[in-house]
Amino acid sequence: MTELPLPTVTPLTEPYWQGLAEGELRHQVCATCGNTWLPGREECPRCLSEDVSWSPSSGRGRIISWVVYHHASHPAFADRVPYNVAVVELDEGARLITNILGDPEGLAIDRPVQLRIEEEQGVSIPRFVLV
Amino acid sequence: MRGNVVIAGVGHTAYGKLPGRSTDSMNVEACRKALADAGVDKDSVDGLFVKYPTSGHRSMYGQTVAEALGIQPRIGGVWDQGGATNISMISFAAMAIENGQCEVALVTIADNPRTGTRQAYERGWGDDAVFGWFGTPAGYAMIARRHMEELGTTHEQLGAIAMAARRHGAANPDAQLRKPLSAEDYATSRPVVDPLRRDDCCLISDGGAAVVVMSAERARQLSVPAPVPILGFGQGQTSWEVAQRPQLTSTAAVVSGRTAFEMAGMTPKDIHVAQLYDCFTIAPLMTIEDYGFCKKGEGGHFVEDGGVELGGALPLNTSGGLLSETGMPGMQLVIEGVRQVRGTSANQVPDASTSLVSNQGGIMHTHSTLILGSA
Repeated sequence: MTELPLPTVTPLTEPYWQGLAEGELRHQVCATCGNTWLPGREECPRCLSEDVSWSPSSGRGRIISWVVYHHASHPAFADRVPYNVAVVELDEGARLITNILGDPEGLAIDRPVQLRIEEEQGVSIPRFVLV
Repeated sequence: MRGNVVIAGVGHTAYGKLPGRSTDSMNVEACRKALADAGVDKDSVDGLFVKYPTSGHRSMYGQTVAEALGIQPRIGGVWDQGGATNISMISFAAMAIENGQCEVALVTIADNPRTGTRQAYERGWGDDAVFGWFGTPAGYAMIARRHMEELGTTHEQLGAIAMAARRHGAANPDAQLRKPLSAEDYATSRPVVDPLRRDDCCLISDGGAAVVVMSAERARQLSVPAPVPILGFGQGQTSWEVAQRPQLTSTAAVVSGRTAFEMAGMTPKDIHVAQLYDCFTIAPLMTIEDYGFCKKGEGGHFVEDGGVELGGALPLNTSGGLLSETGMPGMQLVIEGVRQVRGTSANQVPDASTSLVSNQGGIMHTHSTLILGSA
């Protein structure tokens, strides 16, 4: 099997990937204004405060939109087509790119989903299942 | 400044597969033809605005082009807003001219993603590549899905945009793809990134195109034969990651269009013909809504039943656009906008005296708008 294009873990994103390895999806929270977001960054993109920290997410969210690839742009996905990629908004407000597992017929906007962490090639990947 | 600055000349290379042509050479050919169209000598050029080539990004590429053109501009450089760049550079040139920073500007683009690399359009999106999140088409597909699910837009309505572009392109002798598209062809077009099908996606093309910009007064002094007044322009921008957009069903075309229409003192009702950036069919459909030709969610109804064909409510992409004339990111739309108000289009809209053009970059990250009038 061709290797997946794995994330580049940096000091900024290490808490995110470490959290997933420990079974928890984390998002960032601003202590100054309460904003929540992903992916990780050094400053709050709403109030520009540096007082930001990682917080565990409930793992619950909803589908904002999704696509289905019928063509692989990378050899690792050649035997996975057709596969979906979705935007999910967590109940806490942060949004992320992910995959939705299960019956593709059940995909719909605003459909509730629940986190399911899958390990591939030593990396814990945050995917979701339909609720 | 409404009408104080004009597009004095336009020029372009062949479109399609141009093996062996460097972007330097294609920029020179396009500029040479644009200067000839304007009837002015290159020695009068003192502004040079260049779009970077996606197939090979080089530092300070504007100076490479200046050297190839044998000119030493007072002002210019390379600008990067993806496909929104061309109209934005025209507006920067116009503002520079209005403020005495230059008198005659060349605005030029050349790229060869077809024979060179198209990697810029297929790369993974950072760490999200682990999910298989790759490429430009998928970003537009993500937006299209939301638009279809939330607002009821259909495949058939997206197909109406593709069919109009292909019909117009078939009548354009310079178009790269001159094969009309039937409703059945579209319906059986293979999925690329669902909900987008192959015929929703633009061509990948080599080529170059340029325009000459100067004041209306300078154009009179130089006896420019067919100057086209710039009546309005605008820009708008949003965040990098598609997932982070506050909403997926609206674009920066809203602010860009409003800015341009206010500057021109016009409304969509005043527009006779439009060239709206059609990298993917969903883009012009949403631009029509965001510019105010109809309400949000009614773009699908607006474009169906011949609404964007010749004789329809808004003749759209009359040279074939990115879907049929060339996949070049944007300047061909400006050139067709110029042809329409000059009365020289292969698909001429009778008595067109106002012409609207949009450019758009990335996955609707950037947007720019241009309104042209007749002399």
